[in-house]
Amino acid sequence: MDVVTPEHARIAEDAGACAVMALERVPSDIRAAGGVARMSDPAMIEGIMAAVSIPVMAKARIGHFVEAQVLEALGVDYIDESEVLTPADETNHIDKHAFKVPFVCGCRNLGEALRRINEGAAMIRTKGEAGTGDIVEAVRHIRTLMSDIRRLASMRDDELFVAAKELEAPYDLVKQVAAEGKLPVVNFVAGGIAIPADAALAMQLGAEGVFVGSGIFKSENPAKTAEAIVQATLHFDNPKIIAEVSKGLGSPMRGIAAASVPDAERLAVRGW
Amino acid sequence: MKIGVLALHGAVIEHMRTLREIGVEPVAVRLPEDLAGIAGLILPGGESTTMRKLATRWGLRGPIMDLARSGAPILGTCAGMIVVAKEIVGGEEPVFPLLDVTVERNAFGRQLDSFETDLAMPILGDRPVHAIFIRAPIIERVGPGVEVLARLPDRRVVAVRQRNVIALAFHPELAGETRIHRLVATMAAEYAEPHEGTTAAGTEPWSLGESA
Repeated sequence: MDVVTPEHARIAEDAGACAVMALERVPSDIRAAGGVARMSDPAMIEGIMAAVSIPVMAKARIGHFVEAQVLEALGVDYIDESEVLTPADETNHIDKHAFKVPFVCGCRNLGEALRRINEGAAMIRTKGEAGTGDIVEAVRHIRTLMSDIRRLASMRDDELFVAAKELEAPYDLVKQVAAEGKLPVVNFVAGGIAIPADAALAMQLGAEGVFVGSGIFKSENPAKTAEAIVQATLHFDNPKIIAEVSKGLGSPMRGIAAASVPDAERLAVRGW
Repeated sequence: MKIGVLALHGAVIEHMRTLREIGVEPVAVRLPEDLAGIAGLILPGGESTTMRKLATRWGLRGPIMDLARSGAPILGTCAGMIVVAKEIVGGEEPVFPLLDVTVERNAFGRQLDSFETDLAMPILGDRPVHAIFIRAPIIERVGPGVEVLARLPDRRVVAVRQRNVIALAFHPELAGETRIHRLVATMAAEYAEPHEGTTAAGTEPWSLGESA
């Protein structure tokens, strides 16, 4: 869960979050503010690290390996090389093998996921359109990723060479995915999750966990919403429980339809 | 035979895969009714605070304590070790107080201080265990009746057993290690059918046998 203060972090931990993302602004505020979005103030990140016992993540700009070095020096538990911040390099992502701290990176399809894993990403999240509260882009990308994986798993071995070429991904990783029928790392869904049913939808489509950004602290009742999203992620295949936990949460974040976001302001297309 | 994996959060898939590998049917446990018919339970690694909240929320604490008291084998790995301890440094409330030890959470530091090492663990045979420690806990105090199964080179305790409860500070399921799961399966078979001696020891798919 994205948090901007130690109080938020404690609410997230109490709700059952297994990690928090320390940010100066949640994505919807980053979107509203415009300008250049950068790594957060290290003092703010340290304040959140001190407030909770669960792992703390922080975001670095795509390709900004010095921001990543700073976050590693602070001792954050994971780094998110994130399209929510303004990219610092339009050609190269961070060489994540050069770090000891694990990275999570975004993807829209299997080729992008495998390129990030090849660079050393230890976790993947399929991108939604962050800060909108609209799940549509997250659904598009988890469906694309899972269907890319299923297609690979159905191929003959001698078809994997061309598949690797078309995916623009390393052959060895393509072969591994084809053999195992899953990514070699954990995959989350992120971007646009606002209500418990959104989280369960992501899980039923094949996510192994979810990131919730603006959806918690832009809702009317963050503590209840956070707890309900945790329970719906756990019981993603149990509609009765999802119904129960969805009752009386108040207004979710208002959001903006992802389709109304101008191309120049779209975050999910950042990264390649 | 079925063995449950507490599937609230954490390294659930990896434990279920390891059980399948040794010929045991895994059951994902999210609600008390999922405990019916299982002969043992694995409490995986993850965040112990998350597991405590979710186990409480879904009424699993009493039923899991009952299962353990009935003699079914319980294996806790990493955070799973924290949740079976009777005492947690700092005074956090125990979750399933089954094991007479005191554990310290995140004893080695944060994610960056995670490490891997080979440990001697005589109960599993001569070959050492490849142990992956991730934000791992440590056992600070070992009560009477608790058997130490493995220590770090500096003598700190990282694996223990008290009757039917086994706890490890590390992640065997991430290292391709199956011997611990085989030991649990052997204990579970004995729990499920204590008086049936018809199968010659060592012939079940999960038995330690030659691979030990």
